[in-house]
Amino acid sequence: MNEVGSATRSWTTSELLTIMASRALHDGQIVFAGVGVPLLAATLAQRLHAPGLTILFEGGVIGPFIVPGDLPPSTNEQRCTRRANMVCPITDVLMLLQRGFVDVGFLGGAEIDRYGNINTSFIGDPDHPKTRLPGSGGGNDIASLTHVIVAMKHEKRRFVERVQFVTSPGYLEGGASRHEAGLLAGGPEVIITDLAELGFDPVTKRMRIEALHPGVSVEDVEANTGFDLDLADPLRVTAPPTDRELEMLRELDPDRLYIA
Amino acid sequence: MSGYEALRSETALRNRSLHEKVVSLEAAAALINDGDHVAIGGCMMSRTPMALLWALVRAGRRDLTFSRSIVSSDGDIVVASGIAKKVITSWFSQGIVWGISRVMRHWVESGTAEFEEWSHLAMGLRYRAAAMGLPFLPIRSLMGSDVERRLSGETREMVCPFTGEKLVLVPALRPDVAIIHVQRCDPYGNAQIDGLQFMDIDLPMAAKRVIVTTERIISNNQIRRSPDRTKFPFFVVEAVAEVPYGSAPHECYGLYEPFFRHMDLFAKMTKEDPERGSRDYLQRFFYEPRSWNEVLQRIGMDDLLTAASGGRNVHDE
Repeated sequence: MNEVGSATRSWTTSELLTIMASRALHDGQIVFAGVGVPLLAATLAQRLHAPGLTILFEGGVIGPFIVPGDLPPSTNEQRCTRRANMVCPITDVLMLLQRGFVDVGFLGGAEIDRYGNINTSFIGDPDHPKTRLPGSGGGNDIASLTHVIVAMKHEKRRFVERVQFVTSPGYLEGGASRHEAGLLAGGPEVIITDLAELGFDPVTKRMRIEALHPGVSVEDVEANTGFDLDLADPLRVTAPPTDRELEMLRELDPDRLYIA
Repeated sequence: MSGYEALRSETALRNRSLHEKVVSLEAAAALINDGDHVAIGGCMMSRTPMALLWALVRAGRRDLTFSRSIVSSDGDIVVASGIAKKVITSWFSQGIVWGISRVMRHWVESGTAEFEEWSHLAMGLRYRAAAMGLPFLPIRSLMGSDVERRLSGETREMVCPFTGEKLVLVPALRPDVAIIHVQRCDPYGNAQIDGLQFMDIDLPMAAKRVIVTTERIISNNQIRRSPDRTKFPFFVVEAVAEVPYGSAPHECYGLYEPFFRHMDLFAKMTKEDPERGSRDYLQRFFYEPRSWNEVLQRIGMDDLLTAASGGRNVHDE
């Protein structure tokens, strides 16, 4: 249990991550959410500060309200469709990204680099991988076609100078390289970890620390990052998880499927 | 003869008349040949034609290529049983709650089976292009990524002749056979799907042949009372097999959820030693049972009723 920032409350890293991620979503937005923390954070936001948040799931779901305690095991089962406004084919829900109806895509990631490129495909040489990871799913499409929020644990092995394989493109080599590659819209906006909120310099597209979670220092973040980070000015400090956020989150995931 | 001319003459030769095509599960599996490219309907743990995969494993098919939007334990089973040499998909693992599939890792990392990775939308547009009778469709994702780079030569980049924008072209994916599990179908192949449709409207149009497994066979009169629910027409379908719980231990929308305890068992059995674990699993649930009903018996009544109870919850307020 991590007890940074509060003498009286405690929460797990996944809980902190999910709550901080939920705060990045706003009422009235359309969010394309991946499975795991993104799904849970979007559902939490919907139940707290963003009742008019429209969630899209890759399985072909538009505007559902997930039932507490009945979390879907992926974004492709009937639990994703509870109280949905519409179900449609996968290709058509993904096409909404390309058409530009989606405000933000919400992803997890195994490995990310300083320009926000995400790897969920290979650890090691792709021809002889140390670990074959599950792959893109819709990650490449979401990252290519819309603005993206990424939620992931902050570990040195996950925050690397250069990902071994770009599954889902961020700002590629920085600067204008994303646009030049033909990706005319979107790009990573905020990376939320259990230590901090990170963003990108508007010109260089290098990753920088935007805000620290309570009780976390710049040194803590640097010690868990495999490359040099820039600092936003001013550097904010996030508010600790509230009782209401924690209670609602635990009600949503009582079996600790995603907040273990 | 061009690819399109071949497609037209093959299609013209298909028997597209309204005729009965009900077969047994085993006879349905016999329609699939060694070396075929088989597209699996449904997605992840939903409406997987698991009974037909069971029959294919038992029939000892070889060198099959499978494609699917996303594969779960079905992917593990086709590689571990040795019937697949290649899986074309966007995501391959049993499910995020069970971690990265040990079976997928073992067979893919050792080079025994190939996992060809596309983005999810690219998979969708590849099937759709084939369904539309076109050789490719343009897409705005994939660019700049190693997913595209690794598919070297499979895709093309083009400058749009109208706008000057850069686009990626993904080639039509035309399976030899599509296998699709649905809630209801009539003896002619009019198939009705409840809930999530995944890529199952494009798949039957894209494939050269289509085999449907269905929870229930209903009459053509029933179909005609709600034709709006028919998701693909009878004339694309070659065979229909009735298989209650034909997607177990995956879900069938509105009827049963994934059999979570059984999925836990599969993950547990294959975690330590994926080779031995999957061999034991296949022995117990694929090779020894002589019928699909016997598979269900082995999975067990408790798991089946729990899944069915959860499945019906979807209609609750």
